[in-house]
Amino acid sequence: MTAVSIRNVWKAYDDQVVLENISFEVSPHSFVSLVGPSGCGKSTFLRMVLSQETPTRGSILVDGTPLASEPMPDRGVVFQKYSVYPHLTALENVALGLELERSPLLGRLFGARRRAALEEAAAGLEAVGLAPARDKYPSQLSGGMQQRLAIAQALIKKPRILLLDEPFGALDPGIRADIHDLMLDLWWNTKMTVFMVSHDLREAFYLGTRVIAFDRTRTRPEEQDAYGATITFDIPLDPADPIKKRIRAAEEAAAKGLDLPIPG
Amino acid sequence: MPRLVNRRPGRAARVILAALPFALALGAYAIGSHLRLSENPNDKLLPSFPALADGIVRFAFEPDRRTGEILLWVDTLASLGRLAIGLAVSTALGLAVGIGIGLLPYARASLASFLAVLSMIPPLSVLPILFIVFGLGELSKVMLIVFGVAPFLMRDVALRVGELPTEQIVKAQTLGASTWQIITRVVLPQTWPRLIDAVRLSLGAAWLFLIAAEAIAAESGLGYRIFLLRRYLAMDVILPYVAWITVLAFTFDWALRVLQTRAFPWFAGTGRGRP
Repeated sequence: MTAVSIRNVWKAYDDQVVLENISFEVSPHSFVSLVGPSGCGKSTFLRMVLSQETPTRGSILVDGTPLASEPMPDRGVVFQKYSVYPHLTALENVALGLELERSPLLGRLFGARRRAALEEAAAGLEAVGLAPARDKYPSQLSGGMQQRLAIAQALIKKPRILLLDEPFGALDPGIRADIHDLMLDLWWNTKMTVFMVSHDLREAFYLGTRVIAFDRTRTRPEEQDAYGATITFDIPLDPADPIKKRIRAAEEAAAKGLDLPIPG
Repeated sequence: MPRLVNRRPGRAARVILAALPFALALGAYAIGSHLRLSENPNDKLLPSFPALADGIVRFAFEPDRRTGEILLWVDTLASLGRLAIGLAVSTALGLAVGIGIGLLPYARASLASFLAVLSMIPPLSVLPILFIVFGLGELSKVMLIVFGVAPFLMRDVALRVGELPTEQIVKAQTLGASTWQIITRVVLPQTWPRLIDAVRLSLGAAWLFLIAAEAIAAESGLGYRIFLLRRYLAMDVILPYVAWITVLAFTFDWALRVLQTRAFPWFAGTGRGRP
């Protein structure tokens, strides 16, 4: 159960301000959806939570402790693509996190210890429904399976925070609906705090316990560089909210190829 | 009528088309040789096929009268030894420096520009320097191959490593990898098949530098022999030697390609090239 506080975070590249004055508190076991137009800095924000980039000003605290200055196993990540390693089979991709931890010198296990790691990894694959694909290389898997694999690979380290950067953006609607349910199950069972960047508002509302929108409030051309995006909406959602059911129905319809609008 | 880009030869047509240029080249040689020899039976420029066969037998199967050794094998072993050492050293340097430059910002900051300048020095222009510094022995020949091939391999490996998606490197860190583990588990395994491509491309240059060095100072070697025989216009041996060098070079290229597909089955799936 991990709380995150974002305190007055700014991000600027040279003179161009991308994000300004971002502050919010995330309670433990939240599922935060980050939405906004392209270029509003939501992915930049995610990279700062990952420590892939550092805020120009302000700080990000996890359970009251400032973030490490580089990516660490306490925060897992799934990118839109390139999250899994093409030279490892599905099983080896998941076992990698275990091997790195248990073999500091080579990052590779042998014999009985390797078999033990592979067995644990197989359980992780099973949890995302990829058991039959354990010996396939990622290029032999569909887009949806690759993202499931990326999720299993990240979860093997039992991260306290999971960061998702448009992880389902490239998937078909039907596959997307399945993987959404998987994601909700995993989130619920692991008690992780999840941050997800998404282009898809329906997805953001369906999965999130909170939807945060970033946008620029000043849009005159001469103000573009000096003012960054900030939080424009912050909508808490009850997981039992009926809107979730309505979105679910719409998703199922979309999966069947009927393009129904979201009812009332 | 389909467009030319969409028309593909069938199985038999492919074999015939592939064999055609070889047959044409051989035929052209046979005609040229016949014309010259019928004009002057002592012409040495384009020896007849029986004369070539005789040259092959003398150098590849009969011991030399002076040394008692079979010269083709002596020359082949000497050349391949130099080539193997030169390529091994170049490959090791290419991997170490290339991965450093491609992955570590500090190595890139200190080495990238130096390497860019170094690789622009024409290797043959430093051959005299190599002879002066390392003497006329084996070392200077190996050094010429290293000097000619290693900078290319370093730059190519650096580029290939730099092309690995940042996401992979970041993901490895979230899985707890140290810099060393990122190299051993993420970068190095994905560099091997790309390195094979680079070595294949540099094989031609390696042979060039080998033969150049042997031509100038050596007591054996394929390059030494053809330049020695040039004095006697011994085309009946020079031509088979050139063909033999070509066969060797082609075989290495083919072996590396097979190694790449056998040892790295995942590599074909990363979307390189058209079928």
